[in-house]
Amino acid sequence: MFDLSGKRALITGASGGIGWEIAKTLSASGAEVSLSGTRTEALEMLAGEIEGTSHVLPCNLSDMEAVDRLVPEAVQAMGGIDILVNNAGMTRDNIFMRMKDEEWDKVIAVNLTAAFHLSRAVLRPMMKQRFGRIIGISSVVGVAGNAGQGNYAASKAGLIGMSKALAQEVASRNITVNTIAPGFIASAMTDQLNEKQREAILAQIPANRLGTPDEVAASTLYLASDEAAYVTGQTLNINGGMVMI
Amino acid sequence: MSDIADRVRKIVVEHLNVEADKVTDKASFIDDLGADSLDQVELVMAFEEEFSVEIPDDAAETIQTFGNAVEFLTKATS
Repeated sequence: MFDLSGKRALITGASGGIGWEIAKTLSASGAEVSLSGTRTEALEMLAGEIEGTSHVLPCNLSDMEAVDRLVPEAVQAMGGIDILVNNAGMTRDNIFMRMKDEEWDKVIAVNLTAAFHLSRAVLRPMMKQRFGRIIGISSVVGVAGNAGQGNYAASKAGLIGMSKALAQEVASRNITVNTIAPGFIASAMTDQLNEKQREAILAQIPANRLGTPDEVAASTLYLASDEAAYVTGQTLNINGGMVMI
Repeated sequence: MSDIADRVRKIVVEHLNVEADKVTDKASFIDDLGADSLDQVELVMAFEEEFSVEIPDDAAETIQTFGNAVEFLTKATS
């Protein structure tokens, strides 16, 4: 339904479950994709699955010098950039009273500061071409909070606030900035839950099931499309009704 | 000098959609020519492209008027 032919997208965290599906979906809709992540082998495997043009650009998002090289590399590989998906994220869970500075700093750096650096870097080409889509993958935890995830919740809420501010700055240049806040999505992370944890989570979800990565990818495709030109500064909550705001 | 001024004026006129005679030496992009802060960044980007120079952020902040821009670019390209 949505056509991204001629569009060039950079996706971070593309080797993870959701990022993987986002990359495949954008590519299947016609976009040329740059796949970033830390696990080169997984990225190569993804590139092999993708039929359209793709580029593998490994990057460690906790290394800001490497982060600052990523957009120029993507622009060089694709000849420009139209879509940035800040999807990469990590967790270092701990209750507040036990949380170490390093756990806080690392999560903020990868989930929020790297997204800031990458978003800043794509603005120049996007402003010049008078078109851009910046999409941040936040989390229901950034919207509603979650015990034991103070750092993660802060980073994901930060992504939403940052996107709203940037959306206001660049809306007049046809650049939209939005976030997606997935709830519990079936992934390697949720596979680690035991039966009891799983039941406790499902009890909070009216849809009574976990979401799937392609359900997140479909909304990413929508926000990246020309059809979503009038949608900016918004957060799409994809959570089976877990949180309704 | 005049050649640089003409090229700068052309960029300003096109980008800010103003009359050429309003673009005087003392004309401030923001106060007199209706630019917002994003326009100012875009002007600097356009100057960089036109004159093949790099204008660092702290220098860009000093370019507030048409005269500032011509002066900076005259020095930068000499």
